[in-house]
Amino acid sequence: MTDVKELIQAKVKCIGAKREALMPILQAIVEEKNYLNEEDMIQVAEALDLSTADVYGTATFYTFLDTVPRGKYVIRVCKTISCHMAGKDEIVDTLKDLLKVDLGETTPDKNFTLMQANCMGWCHKGPVMLVNDDIYTELTKDKVIKIIHDYMGS
Amino acid sequence: MENKKFKLVDIIFETEGCDVGVVLDRVLKRTPDDIIMDMIDSGLRGRGGAGFPTGLKWKFTRSESAYDKYIICNADEGEPGTFKDREILEKVPMKVFTGMAIAGYAIDAKEGFIYIRGEYRFLQKKLQSQIDEFNQMLENKGLDFKIALRWGSGAYICGEESALFESMEGKRGEPRNKPPYPTVAGFRNKPTVINNVETLVYATMINKYGADKFKELGTRDSRGSKVFSVSGDTPKAGIYELEMGLQVSEFVKEFGDGDTKAVQIGGAGGTCVPRKKFEDMIIGYEGVPTGGSMMIFNSSRSMYNVLHDYLEFFAEESCGQCTPCRVGCQQLLKGIEAVKRGERPPSYLDDLKSLAASMKIASKCGLGQSVANPFSTIIDNFREEVIY
Amino acid sequence: MGKFEVNLKINNIPVTVEEGTTILDAAKKLNFRIPTLCHHSDLCVAGNCRVCVVEQKGAKALPAACATPVSEGMDISTNSAQVRTARRHVIELLLSEHRSECTSCYKNGKCELQDLANEYRVNETTFMKLVENKGYTIDDFSPSIIKDDSKCIRCQRCVRTCTEMQSVSALAVVNKGEHQKIATFMNKPMHSVVCTNCGQCVTHCPTGALIEKNYIDQVWDVINNPELHVVVQTAPAVRIGLGESLDLSPGNRVTGKMVSALRRLGFDSVLDTDFTADLTILEEGTELLTRLKKALVDKDTETALPMTTSCSPGWVKFIEHKYPELLPNVSTCKSPQQMFGALAKTFYAQKKGLKAEKVVSISIMPCTAKKYEANRPEMRDSGFQDVDYVLTTRELAMMIRQAGIEFASLPNEKYDSIMGDSSGAAVIFGATGGVMEAALRTAYEIVTGREVPFENLDILPVRGLEGVKEAKVLIENVKPEWGFLEGAELSCAIAHGLANAKILMDKVKSGEMSYHFIEIMACPGGCLGGGGQPIPVNNEIREARMKAIYEEDSSLKIRKSHENPEVIALYEQFLGEPLGHKSHELLHTHYTGRKKY
Ligand SMILES: Cc1cc2nc3c(=O)[nH]c(=O)nc-3n(C[C@H](O)[C@H](O)[C@H](O)COP(=O)(O)O)c2cc1C
Ligand code: SF4
Ligand code: SF4
Ligand code: SF4
Ligand code: SF4
Ligand code: FES
Ligand code: FES
Repeated sequence: MTDVKELIQAKVKCIGAKREALMPILQAIVEEKNYLNEEDMIQVAEALDLSTADVYGTATFYTFLDTVPRGKYVIRVCKTISCHMAGKDEIVDTLKDLLKVDLGETTPDKNFTLMQANCMGWCHKGPVMLVNDDIYTELTKDKVIKIIHDYMGS
Repeated sequence: MENKKFKLVDIIFETEGCDVGVVLDRVLKRTPDDIIMDMIDSGLRGRGGAGFPTGLKWKFTRSESAYDKYIICNADEGEPGTFKDREILEKVPMKVFTGMAIAGYAIDAKEGFIYIRGEYRFLQKKLQSQIDEFNQMLENKGLDFKIALRWGSGAYICGEESALFESMEGKRGEPRNKPPYPTVAGFRNKPTVINNVETLVYATMINKYGADKFKELGTRDSRGSKVFSVSGDTPKAGIYELEMGLQVSEFVKEFGDGDTKAVQIGGAGGTCVPRKKFEDMIIGYEGVPTGGSMMIFNSSRSMYNVLHDYLEFFAEESCGQCTPCRVGCQQLLKGIEAVKRGERPPSYLDDLKSLAASMKIASKCGLGQSVANPFSTIIDNFREEVIY
Repeated sequence: MGKFEVNLKINNIPVTVEEGTTILDAAKKLNFRIPTLCHHSDLCVAGNCRVCVVEQKGAKALPAACATPVSEGMDISTNSAQVRTARRHVIELLLSEHRSECTSCYKNGKCELQDLANEYRVNETTFMKLVENKGYTIDDFSPSIIKDDSKCIRCQRCVRTCTEMQSVSALAVVNKGEHQKIATFMNKPMHSVVCTNCGQCVTHCPTGALIEKNYIDQVWDVINNPELHVVVQTAPAVRIGLGESLDLSPGNRVTGKMVSALRRLGFDSVLDTDFTADLTILEEGTELLTRLKKALVDKDTETALPMTTSCSPGWVKFIEHKYPELLPNVSTCKSPQQMFGALAKTFYAQKKGLKAEKVVSISIMPCTAKKYEANRPEMRDSGFQDVDYVLTTRELAMMIRQAGIEFASLPNEKYDSIMGDSSGAAVIFGATGGVMEAALRTAYEIVTGREVPFENLDILPVRGLEGVKEAKVLIENVKPEWGFLEGAELSCAIAHGLANAKILMDKVKSGEMSYHFIEIMACPGGCLGGGGQPIPVNNEIREARMKAIYEEDSSLKIRKSHENPEVIALYEQFLGEPLGHKSHELLHTHYTGRKKY
């Protein structure tokens, strides 16, 4: 696992040790660790000469910059209207059954976190979900089970 | 009112292909003022939703004397029911970049940024290498302009231009007070042109074919064509480039499933057009404007559920800074729930409509200002469905 | 000239204002008050509460008056039907998120939200109550400040205060949409983050969401306990602020009335923090001269210069967090409050023949950080907690009201003795630059035997509201024992408000500037603008309070700390000499480096 200090330095190098680097840095940390912990936010604050409250306040504005622990794979099922009409509820229920977690929860093995999110830009192919950065469209019950099993296998 | 028949257009995705190098060479031979004159002449208006005349936006920014100016491509595409910008960036990214470079040349900016939503992260590698390639091409042509990529992280409001600047500056995406407008003080408080992905492609194409070809299409107030994202109860969900000025009934004839009861035009913040008004409404700035989102509902759908979904979306995605929007969205949502449960009388919907009207005029930005659109049009046209 | 002027109409009355003026200020010029909540003249414009919306002819939306500059030909209506409806909606929405319990609220009667609700005769039941679903919390762990999220209207004044005025940024806006709120890093309690307890957020909060932790009941209890001897000390800035909380206009000097009020409240002895302010000058002045000698003559590299003042506990906590490496530069002198506390339970108790454990020491302060300071573990040198309870100016006003005392018609009375005498030099501790001026009046005279070379002892360059001030004093014809200072130029700097402190200290740290002596007060204006002073506060009010302080100074016969007879007696009878053994034991302290983030 890459050291957070290195992640910060890499971004600071191309953007500068200024506030503009904040989002890219936080995004890089989340990409690596799936969420931002207290120590990491302190390091970011230190590197950019910001207050920790400011870093925290900025992170919590953005849905994808989680500040509570998340699993290795973060599943986000689109809950907005087109996907809703296309049957996202069944997809969510399937995932709940499969992973034995409720919305917002993480599996005990810390592999999966199940969440919902707003429109992902694939409304013509709903229901859809994101697993980390990867998009899965035109989901059906069987398709979801297969996708998750593939992640479990890997 | 002038209206148009259904007509597929092939400009944005242009099956025959487009050599952007040639377009750029042509642009660089002309003066920035000529380019801007052409843009104004074309009648192109922003495709991101607000519909501001693109040529004027460029002209205003050009007339600012600051040394640093920026071009920003708004690829935050978060409006529910919109997915055309992603498709454009996947299929014809070079045309988007070229539009940015032309804008950069026109207003004398040296840097451009694409702010793209985090949901499209899977595009990162490909997009970055295409940008690198494009930047190299510009360097070879001797144009001092560079494009860089910036990512959102899941916040619809960051599509609003001033919230987008805040986000790019590493802050919470809270919209700013206006004035000043971006043409005067945008990113880093410098004069900035911010355009939607699609707008930028049209800018490229207008410079390829000339303003006249673009002007031939559409109506007086809504020139040209536009890319529509069609979803919901339709056998033909997908992306279509159509001539502007189409009557809603024509649209429904083409895309509906035969049982269409309403079309939501312009996304969650747009207008709900019920069947009885299909004949009266035109899709365009003189009628119902849209950033491209067209959601179709058939008679099996509960419009209460539709409205509920939208309000939930706004309550979550409001930036939360201003009172009418932060609290108003929650009240509208809780309010229709209470009416549905019988805890408040049906007449409470009128109190809520009056609240929505205040939100429309008193909110700080377009998000809070637009919530009244779906709210009033759904309540007015489907009151029974909401109550019972 | 005309180029910079803008003509517009407000409620059909033409007005001409300078370009860049907001609609709010233009309306003020015509004596139209537009209601505001998120606006504060100390802070940058936010434009988020939307209560100040007005109607602009031809515009689709209602501009926010506080955030919109005027433009030529504007036609504004500040009170149209549309405006009134929108405003009422805004207020009703705020109340729907708000735990309204005015009758038991600490801010009852002094709350901007309550005033507006009253003015607009709003209906609290129009919309649904959202409070129950919000999971609001109250943070009352800090000894200084209570943060009650259920009273917060998200105007962000506190966040802007903490960031812009104080450069602390302990508070931030977190989350978005319906979950948006004001919080610290990871929602930690205020006492466990970088908060300095300065209380500026409290004086800038329009509602009861940020208030001082009050100790009024505890103080009534000790007053009512006949076993206990309760002494009270009053800080310099209280006497020029208190009147504002008791219906007088800003800038009223109410020293004598305050003393008689305190006596009527039942305190056994009414004494003055100004006494220990004078004492501080002797200790701190001597410390400065000693440091200078060590550094300049003995070439001692351990001695840190510049020396900074230490009487502002918000500043002390700030430097402990932000510049722990500069802690050796901070004077080891306790603040006047704590010097007083240490003496109350030692010297005073002995003199009065009281058992120390029967003495309760209360202080009235313009400051919330003093509450925290009194609770620091270092502040128990008398063998007890040196200061038992700290009340703000506002709390004292509340007690005076509770006791039914008609303040305005009270006679002027004098402080008790001992520890009630003071000089004009002590009074000016309450204004930014005052400690510097007092120190110079004394140190210069110690070294040269002559008064400072300023007319009437008024050292004008160190006065006023400028953020960072500098002064140089040439020292000539010194007494023989101070020969090493002959011809030296004493270089001083003053900052008030922690944002200015940061600017100054960054320069010191980087070596860009070098000084001998630095005065820093955590609050803008110094203690007169302290976090415990009456609300509202703005620069106009600060100026009025400042004027009153300097008037008080001029009105006193003794204007130099070293001439305070009781201080002289204290050294003779108890302490021996400045920086002596006893002083070290009771009047000096040490500091603790804290985490930076
Ligand atoms: C709440 C809100 C969300 C918006 N989201 C987007 C968006 O995702 N993409 C976009 O191009 N414009 C969006 N806009 C419009 C932009 O503020 C801006 O008008 C647009 O990017 C300008 O480009 P154009 O003139 O090319 O349309 C949004 C506006 C609001 C108020
Ligand atoms: S209208 Fe909504 S999104 Fe816009 S500034 Fe206000 S709270 Fe934020
Ligand atoms: S904060 Fe103001 S409105 Fe709220 S309960 Fe207290 S006094 Fe009443
Ligand atoms: S007391 Fe001072 S430092 Fe603490 S949060 Fe308030 S303004 Fe900030
Ligand atoms: S705590 Fe007070 S100042 Fe801060 S946002 Fe809430 S109401 Fe405003
Ligand atoms: S509604 Fe699900 S992707 Fe748009
Ligand atoms: S006072 Fe103007 S928006 Fe709050």
